[in-house]
Amino acid sequence: MNNYFEKNIFVNHEGPIAKGKKAADKGLGYEKSISGCGLTGLISKNRTRLSGKAIVESLCLMNDRGNGLGAGYAAYGIYPGFKDFYAFHIMYDAPSVRWTAEEFLKANYHIEKIEEIPTFPVKAIAISPLLVRYFIKPLKEKLAGDVNESDFVVNSVMKINSEIDGAYVFSSGKNMGAFKGVGNPCDIAEFFRIEDYEGYIWTAHTRFPTNTPGWWGGAHPFTLLDWSIVHNGEISSYGINKRYLEMFGYKLTLLTDTEAAAYMLDLLIRRHGLDIATACTVLAAPFWKNIDNMDEQKKEALTALRLAYGSALLNGPFSLLFGHSNGLVGINDRIKLRPLVAATKNDLVYMASEESAIRAICPSPDKVWTPRAGEPVIVELNK
Amino acid sequence: MFKSLAPPEYLATIDQVKCIRCKRCIQNCGWSVYSWGGDKVLIDTSKCVKCLRCYHYCPEEAIQILDNPVKFKNNAYWGYNNIRNLKRQAETGGIPLTGMGSDLPYPILFDNLLIDACQVTNPSIDPLREPMELRTYLGKKPASVEFEKGKDGKLKLKTKMPPQIKINLPLIFSPMSYGSISLNAQKVLAIAAKECGILMNTGEGGLHEDLLPYRDSIIVQVASGRFGVNPDYLNAGVAVEIKIGQGAKPGIGGHLPGEKIPLEVARTRMIPVGTDAISPAPQHDIYSIEDLKQLIYAIKEATDYKPVSVKIAAVHNVAAIASGIVRAGADIIYLDGFRGGTGAAPSIIRDHLGIPIEHAIAAVDDRLRQEGIRNEASIIAAGGIRSSADAAKAIALGADAVAIATAALTTMGCTICGKCYTGNCSWGITTQRPELTARLDPEIFAERLINLVHAWEHELKEILGALGINAVDSLRGNRERLRGVGLDTQTLDILGVKPAGR
Amino acid sequence: MLQIDAKGMYYRELNQKVRSAIANGEKEITLKNVNGQYYIGDGLRGNAAITVEGVPGNDLAAFMDGPTLTIKSNAQDNIANTMNAGKIVIHGNAGDVLGYGMRGGTLHILGDVGYRVGIHMKGLKRQSPTIIVGGTAGDFFGEYMAGGILILLGLNEKDPRPIVGDYLGTGMHGGAIYIRGEVDKNLCGAEVGILEPDEDDLKTLRQYLGDYCKDFKLDIEDIMKKGFKKLLPISLRPYGNLYAY
Repeated sequence: MNNYFEKNIFVNHEGPIAKGKKAADKGLGYEKSISGCGLTGLISKNRTRLSGKAIVESLCLMNDRGNGLGAGYAAYGIYPGFKDFYAFHIMYDAPSVRWTAEEFLKANYHIEKIEEIPTFPVKAIAISPLLVRYFIKPLKEKLAGDVNESDFVVNSVMKINSEIDGAYVFSSGKNMGAFKGVGNPCDIAEFFRIEDYEGYIWTAHTRFPTNTPGWWGGAHPFTLLDWSIVHNGEISSYGINKRYLEMFGYKLTLLTDTEAAAYMLDLLIRRHGLDIATACTVLAAPFWKNIDNMDEQKKEALTALRLAYGSALLNGPFSLLFGHSNGLVGINDRIKLRPLVAATKNDLVYMASEESAIRAICPSPDKVWTPRAGEPVIVELNK
Repeated sequence: MFKSLAPPEYLATIDQVKCIRCKRCIQNCGWSVYSWGGDKVLIDTSKCVKCLRCYHYCPEEAIQILDNPVKFKNNAYWGYNNIRNLKRQAETGGIPLTGMGSDLPYPILFDNLLIDACQVTNPSIDPLREPMELRTYLGKKPASVEFEKGKDGKLKLKTKMPPQIKINLPLIFSPMSYGSISLNAQKVLAIAAKECGILMNTGEGGLHEDLLPYRDSIIVQVASGRFGVNPDYLNAGVAVEIKIGQGAKPGIGGHLPGEKIPLEVARTRMIPVGTDAISPAPQHDIYSIEDLKQLIYAIKEATDYKPVSVKIAAVHNVAAIASGIVRAGADIIYLDGFRGGTGAAPSIIRDHLGIPIEHAIAAVDDRLRQEGIRNEASIIAAGGIRSSADAAKAIALGADAVAIATAALTTMGCTICGKCYTGNCSWGITTQRPELTARLDPEIFAERLINLVHAWEHELKEILGALGINAVDSLRGNRERLRGVGLDTQTLDILGVKPAGR
Repeated sequence: MLQIDAKGMYYRELNQKVRSAIANGEKEITLKNVNGQYYIGDGLRGNAAITVEGVPGNDLAAFMDGPTLTIKSNAQDNIANTMNAGKIVIHGNAGDVLGYGMRGGTLHILGDVGYRVGIHMKGLKRQSPTIIVGGTAGDFFGEYMAGGILILLGLNEKDPRPIVGDYLGTGMHGGAIYIRGEVDKNLCGAEVGILEPDEDDLKTLRQYLGDYCKDFKLDIEDIMKKGFKKLLPISLRPYGNLYAY
């Protein structure tokens, strides 16, 4: 199954993962993920677990938006038997790297289960890294004092991704997982047997990278804890978004700006305590002209947000979907340079780059609409 | 006394055939180059500074100001200024003074940086028809903001915001005192600042009452000479700036020669007429960083907590100094690079002390970020900003806004002749002689300065549009959108910029 | 009369209380148990009388514009920094850099003062700041002085130290300094000339010292028994020849 190693010319740790990360690590090494992409997502508000079949169909309809160099899926509710454990999905260049990473995990976590992520041979995917998942919990003694559990997990992810050459954590939430790689949407779906998973929130992404090396970590979704992001467009403000996040201890190790969006949400929502709608107001801030015309209370609030979070504004074309343990959010940039369509059918809400991607799996929705620039579609799971 | 052995730098010439003997050149020259000889204009070319006032006011285009071909023998090492200063020193025993910023050919980093643009993969934005935001707020920003949900479910701010100064674009006028420049020149700056929604800065010479109508567009400055500083003054503007140093003369004080201290200036500064106004290098109540903190808070207490800016010259250790200043409570830190202008400075100081503003911005912005306090103060960068491109590059390196002085003075007629310290400026800018200052009509020249600011505003929007971003917030510190050409690895590393082609 | 107990209070709270009391029309305020609070009287206007019990912190009366402060003990550094109007009476010693850039008003100190006192003082016709020191002063007394009056008395005859330090009036280009007793020319800055006071000077001295003696219950005749020297700048432009144009 892991023909990666048979054909691989990389015998040491200088595999594509190590190389890809190193390039970004030097601060000057950032290369833009220039990607014209397609994205799609759906959520069952009643937590009905749906097979991955639908999301694959929806994504494959938009095949022309990608170029076969990256695709991925994220799903929530897929590990009900392990829902109290962090599900780490890690990709490795070589088995020796795996041992290094596992030493680290063992020293810090109780490990409930380790298994290779099931994959299915696909002709088009000749090379893949070693893919392993872990269901883990921080050791109690590691959380002594006022160590915050989420911060501890985030730090572990940052540590593995920035310090262990050839290892990359691409999913780290509870009862959720990301599956992604280099290939077109259908091949990646087949490779990971996406149809075998059942989840109540799904997001998916097809990618059109033009200049990043085809490495598996670079595909979407990007995740951190329960956050997962798929993103279409190029964030032209990446340089300052990255430097801003670094001030708060985030290490941006990837070759793409979508990572910045994921960490930004973690910072705004989890660490600074903003609610989702307010965090969206930071990412796609209203224009001063509009703020000036608001009532005093709102004006004061939004002025403060723009002043404090000027460097967090995602500027440039984007539409993105972000999933989290309680729901799904879709948002696009403040002058709507990228498309986003939303639809509802009963308790299901769909969001995608194109209406046809929704119609492919939901031919007659109750309602279809295109959200306005910077106006988030926030869907929460029913309690 | 024999004639100076330094040959004149310029040769003022009049075409006697074209000359109609209107004597306008005699009236216009502040340096008395021209005089009436009964039947023609006589020329004392040793006094000429090539400010070009006479040239512009000669109705017949009879005047030409040439580089003096005699000067000294060309020498790539012993330049004209070297030899001339030696001669001057031999003749006077004094320190040669100079004005404006250094003109020595040190590398110009701005000219080795290029700005990115969008093509295909992300779109550029049309700045003329789509929104483009340059609005900038100067002051301390909270690291995060807290809200409480009101009963109506609407956001209600809980965090108490520190005071902010709103400017319409990230550009202000640098401090220039009444005394170093004329009151009319200050009025030009004040009118333009108000009209453009930006700021002018009084410099350290106090605030003349004629500027009071513009108080909402004024930063008042407190320097070591404490000229014109009283509670009314401190509260007159939108912020108070403590001047520690100036890029053109880091580590040395100010010295306004007595020629530029007539009654009005003396009254505003509360010093005798005709005396030299001295601002010593240190503020004598600041010998250490905790003393700076003491003065910052003394001013805050006296102004009910207006924002306080601290202006320093860009020197070698600027990052650590800036960090200390921010931790001492400054709301704004004003960095002045070695190319910065001056009304008067010893040329030996101006040309040999300090560091370029580009390095200083990068170092300070990096340090404040490493320490997690970049939000605690705004950075204003100054010292040789020649165009909106320089401004955009300074902002991309990490400045919140830039300050300009020389560029603003050129709109009033200044040709950067560099003789501000003489008090003879024929354009009425750096002089207090009433017959010269009267030439600078504030209303008329303010129009020109407003035009300049608006032109830069459009240019900045064009640059942002090309970058595909529609708020200056996304340019600030976005070094990813700069590339270096012909810069060595270490310089690139300090600037945090990749080489072109990467 | 309002009393504020400043014990353990941070300066911001204390000064806020004083400011709001004055805004409410309070004319007499006593601050009890003061110890080290900065900026008392900073930027205050009006004509209130404030008595300080305890040692006030630095920058006492910075930018002050009117009120009268009475300090019953010693005081620290930077008193009357850029003060505009009002009066400060200190019944003890005070520290360095007093009256820096002072523009008006009066500073009376019974005891000794430190270095750099009365530097950069300004003056304009009617507005003339005055500092009178009963004891001795350190170096750089009246440095860069551009206006106003400095009087140094050296009343403690038992004090073996010289009445004033080195670099007296260095850089002085305006105002006047009066020193009781003799002045060593070697201690003076190059810009200073030593003169015998004339009739007008003595009249001026009597006027200023009359007020000073009232504050500290001293006998003016005792003070005037000993002669004075007057220091004036010899040039308006002490550095006129420093630069080549």
